[in-house]
Amino acid sequence: MGEGTLRGAAAIVGVADAVSPTGELDDHGRALEVRVVREALDDAGLTIADVDGLCCSGAPGGLAEHLGLDLAFVEGTFTGGSSFEVHVEHAAAAIAAGLCEVVVGVYAQTPRSDRRQGRQGGTPFPAGPNPILDWEAPHGLAVPVGAYALAASRHMAEFGTTPEQLARIAVDARSWAAANPSARFRDPITVDDVLASPMVASPLHQLDCCLVTDGAGAFVLTSAERANDLARAPAWVLGAATSSRHWMISEMPDLTTTAGAVSGPAAMALAGIKPSDVDVLLAYDSFTITALLHLEDLGFCAKGEGGAFVEDGHVAPGGTLPMNTNGGGLSYTHPGQYGMFLLVEAVRQLRGDAPGLQVDGATIAVAHGAGGFLSTMSTVVLGSEVTR
Amino acid sequence: MSGSAPIEADEASPFWHASRSKVLVLPWCTACERPHWYPRVACPTCLGSDLVWRPASGNGTVYAVSVHHRPGMGRSPNDCPYTVALVDLPEGVRMLANVVDCEPSEVEVGDAVQVSWRPLDDGRHLITFAPTSKAG
Repeated sequence: MGEGTLRGAAAIVGVADAVSPTGELDDHGRALEVRVVREALDDAGLTIADVDGLCCSGAPGGLAEHLGLDLAFVEGTFTGGSSFEVHVEHAAAAIAAGLCEVVVGVYAQTPRSDRRQGRQGGTPFPAGPNPILDWEAPHGLAVPVGAYALAASRHMAEFGTTPEQLARIAVDARSWAAANPSARFRDPITVDDVLASPMVASPLHQLDCCLVTDGAGAFVLTSAERANDLARAPAWVLGAATSSRHWMISEMPDLTTTAGAVSGPAAMALAGIKPSDVDVLLAYDSFTITALLHLEDLGFCAKGEGGAFVEDGHVAPGGTLPMNTNGGGLSYTHPGQYGMFLLVEAVRQLRGDAPGLQVDGATIAVAHGAGGFLSTMSTVVLGSEVTR
Repeated sequence: MSGSAPIEADEASPFWHASRSKVLVLPWCTACERPHWYPRVACPTCLGSDLVWRPASGNGTVYAVSVHHRPGMGRSPNDCPYTVALVDLPEGVRMLANVVDCEPSEVEVGDAVQVSWRPLDDGRHLITFAPTSKAG
């Protein structure tokens, strides 16, 4: 299959998410998965009988059975928070190759209510040998915040990035969240508030860290032929790429450059766009440093200049590069694998029905997922009809 | 300081054995002549499985550092603050370890450090580093 055939071969035609300002949802487990699958299919104007492909970030057999699906395409890749961008990439390629026609992707996790109600939950980390337990945990590395703190430390030492600059990312996320009624936190914060919040793992403070909330989401991806017949405006998959070269932080070759420096340009090249064409950037903000590295690696500013870029107000409401317009993992929701919500917000921005601040006339949105410990990066470029 | 004792996997056995004598050894691939870290069943450069263990100088340079004010798994709040660092060894590998025998906040990127060892209950030692000027 040639590289160009993925562009425009598939579109996201339905999305749903379940998020609450309390951070907790009434449903959990299969009930929550079923709810968002149903809502995403309703949004698309399709039914469960149309579905011949399923994506989830773990063993998909049980979920497929629960939904009563008869599948031609099954995708259970787990790369942490970027899993869902990987799923869109793989599902779009499968649709382009004619393997399937209507693929549903789903995610639900409820760490906040699980903890309060004493339920088993948590991230489905793969079974088997885990070198993190042998070579990082015995040294007391706090997971995951310690890994990101080390990256922030290196970025500061190498480029002079300041705690104030990192804090600005949290402040801007909160400014976006202020307009989103579903967001966990909406009250404005200042750089001083971030710096005055308790230090967790230097140089990262509490407010440099993402939330821990319940949350769920789903998308429906289908072929160009089917997408054109549906009621909602399709969000076309213009490009997608993934790059992965380490898992644990001590194996990351250069802590100031992520695999996004490969996946981002590759996805944009496939889409035929450059960074300045992007109207909305949904860039996984597990921590403030995570989003800063994405800005540099995806080419929105030069390496080392992310701090100055955010300090200039580019990613705030009214800035040149609207970023994490729903409030992000820092202020909207973060159940553990936030990548699903990047896709949902990207689609809504392209349709013009964002729940918070709408970017006027957005035609190109990038969802950039980060998984593990700045590990597996996956970039999806979505576009409205005019970009196809 | 509390902390969970790491298991001793087969592929890491020579490292842990040498740690009983406070000697740092690294795995090298005889096919491509490169060291690697962490210990694996095969060389992560060429997948060669003919590995040998060679002593390291014990010197290092701090590549990145974080003072933890909340404990990671197996540590208690009483252990905080403590310093977690990535340390580059001149042999060409990077290790994650604590920097000890100094004020946690004094450790900076670029600092010279030297291997020291923290005893585990079973006679093995956990690798740590200390500022070179203060290391015995």
